Amino acid sequence: MKRRSFVAKSSLSSIATLLGVDIVFKQVMPDGYTPIALQDTDPFKLFNKDKGMIVLNDKPWNIEAQAHLLDDKVTPNKSIFIRNNGLVPEKIDVENWTLTIDGESVEKPKTYSLAELKSKFKHHTYQLTLECGGNGRSEFDPPAKGNQWTVGAVYCANWTGVRLRDVLEDVGINDDAVYFGYHAADVHLSRDPGKEPISRGAPIAKALQDETLLAFKMNGADIPLVHGYPLRVIAGGWPASVSGKWLQRISIRNIVHDGTKMTGTAYRVPCKPVAPGEKVADEDMCIIESMPVKSLITYPKSGAILSKSKKLSIKGHAWAGELEVDKMEYSIDFGATWNSCSLQRPVNRLAWQHFSADISFPQEGYYEVWAKATDTDGVGQPMLLPGWNPKGYLNNACHRIAVKIT
Amino acid sequence: MKKQNLDTLKRDFKDLYRKTILASVVIAIGGIALLYFIVDPNLSAFKANEPKTEIVEIPAENDFNKIENGIHVATGFIEAPGMTETIQNCTNCHSSKLVMQNRMNEERWKSTIKWMQETQNLWDLGENEAVIINYLVTNYPPKKVGRRAVLTDVEWYQLEE
Repeated sequence: MKRRSFVAKSSLSSIATLLGVDIVFKQVMPDGYTPIALQDTDPFKLFNKDKGMIVLNDKPWNIEAQAHLLDDKVTPNKSIFIRNNGLVPEKIDVENWTLTIDGESVEKPKTYSLAELKSKFKHHTYQLTLECGGNGRSEFDPPAKGNQWTVGAVYCANWTGVRLRDVLEDVGINDDAVYFGYHAADVHLSRDPGKEPISRGAPIAKALQDETLLAFKMNGADIPLVHGYPLRVIAGGWPASVSGKWLQRISIRNIVHDGTKMTGTAYRVPCKPVAPGEKVADEDMCIIESMPVKSLITYPKSGAILSKSKKLSIKGHAWAGELEVDKMEYSIDFGATWNSCSLQRPVNRLAWQHFSADISFPQEGYYEVWAKATDTDGVGQPMLLPGWNPKGYLNNACHRIAVKIT
Repeated sequence: MKKQNLDTLKRDFKDLYRKTILASVVIAIGGIALLYFIVDPNLSAFKANEPKTEIVEIPAENDFNKIENGIHVATGFIEAPGMTETIQNCTNCHSSKLVMQNRMNEERWKSTIKWMQETQNLWDLGENEAVIINYLVTNYPPKKVGRRAVLTDVEWYQLEE
């Protein structure tokens, strides 16, 4: 017996031991796939996440990072937040996985196997910022409904795939195309097969950007199951929910896509500003497109104590949706004065940018270091919460860390 | 002298014969025992009266109803009137964590329940609706945090560089 097959068989048999039953069809189970029955065990082991990640919800799985876990320039899987609207697909048949392009605005629907997608179109790799639309929701008052994300529902990984544009050109889309909408293999929480947990999308202009990918690799490896294996659409700079996981179908629509979580209050904010807690009619809500300018201090971890003789070196990342970050500043006096940070250009469009600064403190005591990014349109982060909205989206208020000088 | 030799020879022969028989019997018994061990290595046929199933004590974490310090261990819910109805109706599709982290007033819980009924296959809660909402607004009321809360739960540490 070859060593590899022995190892594979013994790990499958230990899974069988855990389950207490044999796994029927285990010979067709993909490598690295975890049977759903095991998906309610330790999430950190299950998803290879850092022990410092915060579990907000275990059904469906929603797990966020903390600021200091996001210090890497390219976010590794262990620090990547998990946001699921439904249940992780129970069967991934990668050999027979297909992507169909259909909808009112295609000349004729066309279906590709994964192998065809990979061989027929040129591969591209971009580092792309994905942030949950509800990142920062926990700070809204009155509280907004949903998972109470703090700061850790953002990351910037490398994605490799083919351009959605190249595939759409191969299919042929009509001039009346307005929007793309995705359909995926995840399962509705009620397990009703007639319901999709989420089916979102973006205007055609976003679909045709160089950086909008049909991705099959994250950080150079197969996409982890919970992040969309084996195929995911990636639309950097927009709410991460536009980047549909476990992708099976893309519909090219002649109307604004009306799939699950495109309507009502989902991923939509009042078109006109409203008072906190105000009721907003569905027709007065507008779909979120580009995410706002934002930044995160990823080093040091909040709570650092250091002596007055030392300088504090801070590091972090800043991003601005479709735009670039133009200016990065910090304040140690609650915004009374601001000092500039050094700021790097993004490695490619829609990638986050890195900043750093060395800070001297005038005397001993308690400080907060606040960070503020300003985008190329001159729009900066607010220090207070931005406009209240019913579902608590788009909180891009300045991030801050606590520091004591002794 | 000749007869004596013959008797000795006879005796020796008998002795050898007896030993051979004895050895054969021992080997035969050993062989049967070995054969039996192969068929039934646990000698279970001799333990017919022992119970076949072990009695295992259910570990505490498997006890779904366990309450510790006023908290329902399996879900994390605060033990109070309406908790059972809340567990029974609100944790089938999603985690109790999603319920506890959402702090809403009565009106917003009503509209959330209506939304779940319209889009998420939630059933009619009947009389339990008021019981559940009362449990939630009593035990998980909205907290005022203002336009920006102070930093809390800071874990202080000496920064070594």
